[in-house]
Amino acid sequence: MASENGNNKPRRLALISTKGTLDWAYPPFILASAAASMDWEVGIFFTFYGLPLLKKELEASVTPVGNPAMPMKMPFGSENFQKINWPIPNLLMANIPGFESVATGLMKKMFKNKGVATIEELREACIDMDVQLIGCQMTMDVFGFEKEDFIEEAEIGGAASFLSYAADADISLFI
Amino acid sequence: MAEFKIDKTLDCTGMLCPMPVVKTKKAMKPMEVGQILEMISTDAGSMPDMHAWAKQTQHELLDAKDEGDKFRFLIKKTH
Repeated sequence: MASENGNNKPRRLALISTKGTLDWAYPPFILASAAASMDWEVGIFFTFYGLPLLKKELEASVTPVGNPAMPMKMPFGSENFQKINWPIPNLLMANIPGFESVATGLMKKMFKNKGVATIEELREACIDMDVQLIGCQMTMDVFGFEKEDFIEEAEIGGAASFLSYAADADISLFI
Repeated sequence: MAEFKIDKTLDCTGMLCPMPVVKTKKAMKPMEVGQILEMISTDAGSMPDMHAWAKQTQHELLDAKDEGDKFRFLIKKTH
């Protein structure tokens, strides 16, 4: 199996997912599924705002408010039209009701058009390849989540469990 | 390209990272050692990614070809 490290133990990737917006939900699931595809052992520790990514129904959304690096582009129209960046001032975005759901819808549409998998699909692929998904107990207590709110594959643990897992990891990333 | 007997073909046309490697892993699973998978993709990142994937999984990348509008890979299952 995957053993560039000179023994028969597979490589291990340990991830901490701390952000639950649609854009930031991607990196942990992309890295986890890619690593699992290479026969690595993978564990993701979901804490703080990353924890809702373990919910049965994903509700990740995105907002360009306060995020000046996010391109505002349209997922329809001619090729040249789609390349236009629409700079909208924060003050305006923050005051248009429903702007966040519009932005979320546009991003989902753009990702779909370009051939990016959905978060649901990536999470399903991770589960399929035995990626360990660990929810943070402390965050559950603070934000009022129950184990039943999460997919049944989710395990529950604390900082010590993650560190113990990461101690034997080849790569650890905080996302 | 040398002639290989292809046992299975996987079409990843239109898919972006990381789906080509995820689908490749899944397609390889039920195959037998020695069998050859052909994978076709359009994602420009799949050329470096398939080399990295083969290095990590130690399956044999028999051929990796840029055909202009698509990429074609031949992978032999080694374990």
